[in-house]
Amino acid sequence: MMEFSWSVLADPNTKWILMGCMLLGLMSGMIGSFAYLRKQSLIGDTLAHAALPGICIAFMLTGVKSLPLFFIGAFVSGLIATYSITVITRYTRIKADAAMGIVLSVFFGIGIVLLTQIQHSPNGNQSGLDKFLFGQAASMIHSDVYLMMGVSAVIIIACTLLFKEFKLLSFDPGFARGLGFPVGLLEQLLMFFLVMTVVVGIQAVGVVLVAALLITPAVAARYWTDRLGVMVVLSGVFGAISGVIGTLISTTTSNLPTGPLSVLAATTVFGFSILFAPRRGVCAKVIRRIRGNEAIRASERMREMQRQDIRLRKEESL
Amino acid sequence: MEFWIIVTGALVATACGILGCFLVLRRMSLIGDAISHSVLPGIVIAFMMSGSRDSLAMLLGASVLGLVTVFLIQLFQQSGVQADASIGVVFTALFAVGVVLVSLNARQVDLDLDCVLFGEIAYVHWNTMSVFGIDGVPKAVWILGITLLAIFLVIGLFYKQFKLCAFDPAMALACGIPVALFHYLLMGLVSMTTVASFESVGAILVVGMLIVPAATAYLLTERLSIMILYSVLIGITCAVLGYYAAAWLDASIAGMMVTVAGLLFVVALIFSPSHGLLMRWVKRRRLVGVEA
Repeated sequence: MMEFSWSVLADPNTKWILMGCMLLGLMSGMIGSFAYLRKQSLIGDTLAHAALPGICIAFMLTGVKSLPLFFIGAFVSGLIATYSITVITRYTRIKADAAMGIVLSVFFGIGIVLLTQIQHSPNGNQSGLDKFLFGQAASMIHSDVYLMMGVSAVIIIACTLLFKEFKLLSFDPGFARGLGFPVGLLEQLLMFFLVMTVVVGIQAVGVVLVAALLITPAVAARYWTDRLGVMVVLSGVFGAISGVIGTLISTTTSNLPTGPLSVLAATTVFGFSILFAPRRGVCAKVIRRIRGNEAIRASERMREMQRQDIRLRKEESL
Repeated sequence: MEFWIIVTGALVATACGILGCFLVLRRMSLIGDAISHSVLPGIVIAFMMSGSRDSLAMLLGASVLGLVTVFLIQLFQQSGVQADASIGVVFTALFAVGVVLVSLNARQVDLDLDCVLFGEIAYVHWNTMSVFGIDGVPKAVWILGITLLAIFLVIGLFYKQFKLCAFDPAMALACGIPVALFHYLLMGLVSMTTVASFESVGAILVVGMLIVPAATAYLLTERLSIMILYSVLIGITCAVLGYYAAAWLDASIAGMMVTVAGLLFVVALIFSPSHGLLMRWVKRRRLVGVEA
């Protein structure tokens, strides 16, 4: 199968798709690490589910399947979703988790209703909208990849230029406000990037699983380092690797959607990190415990010897 | 047939409505979301092993997976991963395993992914089963009925303990209540309910029936017992209205039920006498009036 995948690489179209998925993994990994540190990991999940009605409405209004239009639709409904979460948590006693659950399920429910409407309509079968649920990277065309490249370039450049601001925002928003940074604006910018990443990712990974690309690489990267800069880069690399592996397997074997495969690749990286990361990993912890036990035992032995020594000397002096 | 679809919907709504209240109060709504996604591999594996859509095997497989999910989430949390991130990692991974298993065995396994995810409540009356000599009752109704009975039994017997765990787990622990045991008991019930309802409302939309009616009820009352009652009533209303709306628009019944639930939530959000936006606004206006 490996040889097969190399021959597939020669195909220029596959190269483009691979490029797109790699960039997607890279940018979602980068944005994901800020979201993780701001304890907003699951907002990506909510946004992805909430994008479904937007995509359906865009299709119903125009009747054509074009990524830029879906992008706009998903983007608008993603923004409405974030706004709804803010309203619910600010003005009632409902907590953030329930607010996210409500927005996620209700928007998705509306999306499913619209989707069945489209499927029952005459041109519904060609729409391929059901591909959006689990993603099919192979169905991407050149212009889709261009759009992906554009978005990821914007996000990567913005993350580099605004690194200091985002860093402060992630660790101590209160301090950032005190220093006079426009915290509200920066928060909205980060949310804006999050929505953009999710919407672009839906094509390749699917609505249900796009959140994993934001969360899993970031959590895995957190295991390896305590420095934000290293974490962002590492998380981007992990994301890119998962995207590439998922796409390769999905394009070489038919019948397997890209999304779940990329997510499983990312989960494998996470599993590896949790086991073998220095200091935080399970192995490192076990080794440290064994060493600690040995040290305690050694010091016990030392004390025992000292005690014997004292006893002997006493006996001698008697 | 209409009758059985509505009965099934109402049973799902009742089971979810009761459990949802505890999830919302314990701030674990998204664990409900996670369980509803991650039971998928359990359903698929049970299906592959038993070779039939024998719901008992699926119920078992999915309940096990539900508990595994909760266990893994807790494990990662204890090893230092943030709560919501560990939920995200676990359920996406398990769900991905489920989708891959379904796609790999698409030929042998007659398990439609759409059906698992979005449910086909419209077909429940085709699959009947006779138990104790009673014919013509759909299988889904039997299974949901048993699940509901289990929920009534467990919550009814330990209502006081669950209530204390929901509001003040530290106090509950101090009183000698095994909080962890009740946590897993609740999670076991949630996964059972998710599986029992996946055939009718689908794995993803169960979360809507779990959270939305409970959150709506949370806006309307201060007492847990009344909150549960409201939540169940709202859920049943959603099931009935959702069915007729779906029949009228020729759309997905499960999707419509959750959409109706969302509408009712918005109504409560605006017009609730105690917590609604309108009341807040009126109160504020009155305060301003008093000062002026």
